[in-house]
Amino acid sequence: MHKIRKALSSMSASLLAIAAGLLAGFIILLISNPANALRGLATILLGGWNNGMKGVGQVLYYATPLIMTGLSVGFAFKTGMFNIGAAGQLMVGGLAAVYVGATWTFLPGAAHWIVALLAGMLAGMAWGMVVGLFKALLNVHEVITSIMLNYIGMYGINYLIKNSHLFDPLKNQTVNVAASAVIPKAGLDQVFYILKGKYQDASAVNAGILIAIGLAIVIYILLNKTTFGFELKACGYNRHASRYAGISESRAIITSMAIAGGLAGIAGALMYLAPASGMHIHVAEVLAEQGFNGIAVALLGMSNPLGIIFTGLFIAHITVGGSYLQSLRYMKEIIEVIIGLIIYFSAFSLLVRDVIARAGKRRARKTRLAAREGQDDLSIQEEVDG
Amino acid sequence: MDAVYFLVQQMMFFSIPLLIVALGGMFSERSGVVNIALEGIMVAGAFTSILMINALQAGMSGQGLLLLAILVAIVTGALFSLLHAYAAISLRSDQTISGTALNMIAPASAIYLARMIQPNGVQQIEFTNTFRIAKVPLLGDIPVLGPLLFQNAYITTYIGIVIFAASAFVLYKTRFGLRLRACGEHPQAADSVGINVYKMRYAGVMISGALAGLGGLVYVIPTSTNFNATVSGYGFLALAVLIFGQWKPLRILMAAFFFGLMKTIASAYSGIPLLQNLGIPSDIYKMVPFIATLIALAFTSKKSQAPRASGVPYDKGLR
Repeated sequence: MHKIRKALSSMSASLLAIAAGLLAGFIILLISNPANALRGLATILLGGWNNGMKGVGQVLYYATPLIMTGLSVGFAFKTGMFNIGAAGQLMVGGLAAVYVGATWTFLPGAAHWIVALLAGMLAGMAWGMVVGLFKALLNVHEVITSIMLNYIGMYGINYLIKNSHLFDPLKNQTVNVAASAVIPKAGLDQVFYILKGKYQDASAVNAGILIAIGLAIVIYILLNKTTFGFELKACGYNRHASRYAGISESRAIITSMAIAGGLAGIAGALMYLAPASGMHIHVAEVLAEQGFNGIAVALLGMSNPLGIIFTGLFIAHITVGGSYLQSLRYMKEIIEVIIGLIIYFSAFSLLVRDVIARAGKRRARKTRLAAREGQDDLSIQEEVDG
Repeated sequence: MDAVYFLVQQMMFFSIPLLIVALGGMFSERSGVVNIALEGIMVAGAFTSILMINALQAGMSGQGLLLLAILVAIVTGALFSLLHAYAAISLRSDQTISGTALNMIAPASAIYLARMIQPNGVQQIEFTNTFRIAKVPLLGDIPVLGPLLFQNAYITTYIGIVIFAASAFVLYKTRFGLRLRACGEHPQAADSVGINVYKMRYAGVMISGALAGLGGLVYVIPTSTNFNATVSGYGFLALAVLIFGQWKPLRILMAAFFFGLMKTIASAYSGIPLLQNLGIPSDIYKMVPFIATLIALAFTSKKSQAPRASGVPYDKGLR
């Protein structure tokens, strides 16, 4: 019962922040172009529904990497680490997956994409583990290592792509992966489409969203139902106490960062194991934005893996909604402003929750005090009577 | 010799913004507030000041306009950082939350506003660079030192050096600096002797905002002719310089110059015959500053001296 109440109260805090952020966004819409503001807000709130089932599929598609990077950042948060390096881990994982996907064509059928996905995970793990090793063995702050590794990864994969058979110089990006390495649709394209005449215009959604949700549940169980997860969380809450209790802090930091990196690596694999018409790794000096948006997803989901599923879906929802704003003469960047404001207000809503909790306690104390005063009155009464 | 002059002049373009922003971060962290919003504040400062240059450059140019822009950048940064200060100090929220929020809000609003204000929804804000000083009178003619420091320079370089000297002085030689450091090490003790911890932390964050806002402008001016709502991760790099510099002004200066030099070599190696002949591809050179920083940190971080109370919200009731 206590647990449910706690979950509800943190959920209401997030919902409050979302409401405040949307309200602020609405005010910005009102200022920039009052005539369309209401329709603009409706468009944002409708999200994927603006374009029927295909739009909803697009929401699921965009949510996939967000949930994964959100899990990555959230998992590291639980061990008291700030993983600002999800962007680099994602790109490194993506390249490893593309390498296997485009090269290891000897793998039969479904084994191909599964091995490619695992390769992405392993590469991401290695990249994340470096951060953990630097922190645990050399006492280098994880934020600085992550930032450095983001850039090293970015330039490194640009170099590797340009100097290998993975490079498509005409498009300045990676080549297509083999058809057997593409993440399967798992029948989702038969659900999320719109009809154009007789032609089914399907969304890009694939089994990746199912994998992401499944992994979120796995991480939830790992954190909350296993000794290993308990040890990691203990280090996050109080490293001194957990060391005193016999938990190896170094091991916790290294494994936690490795797992966080692996989750971000899977995000990259799920993004880039795409058909010819889908995403490719561009050779550009830009860090993957999904990595940084993962921080927002994790914060809004309070680092709870199940919460992260919903916040990932929500952020994808309004992002897709924002892409339909152009026709109303608004710029789609308003969505990022709104997301930023929601994150900012989530700091406030924690306070609101505190106030509510304190008010509740105060009321309880008052009734207790009142009850005691009543008793005192009685005893005085008795003395007088006596 | 010309190659050396060129290298040093280039190095200043990379090092000075890092120095200014990292010093800003220092004031915030030494007061006890982690400021990962430096990146966002840089974007905000660069946005308003360059928008102003864009608006006024028809009638003004040169150092007067730049000084005005500097003022705008400082004010913008200080005001924008108030958002972080309010959440982190008054509301005692998690300091990474509001920092991340600011990092998202600044570039998105910069693009949104630029596209709403400018015709045809263009997001780049153009400006004409009339600020370069080819040669400082008199000082530029000094042998060796002249070409090193006083030719092909910007006034912002000297401002950066002045800010460094002022920061070191304020932090170590004034009452304010002592109190600020006390709030970052042991706020309860500071409070017990009558220092207003909240006020000191507000001051720390606002100084960091002012310097980060300025740093945004200083970064964009020599390296580009338009502002595209980004400072290419320099705010995060400044954070790295701050940690590399162990939260101390002199070491921050050295860290910023070290990083700037590496970055200069990475971008200008093709102009140096010795490095050009090695035949190492450019992507590898670009990785060098980051790898070098990591290696340097691996050797120097065993005894890290972060301010004790940095990142911990101060709650007067918890004494």
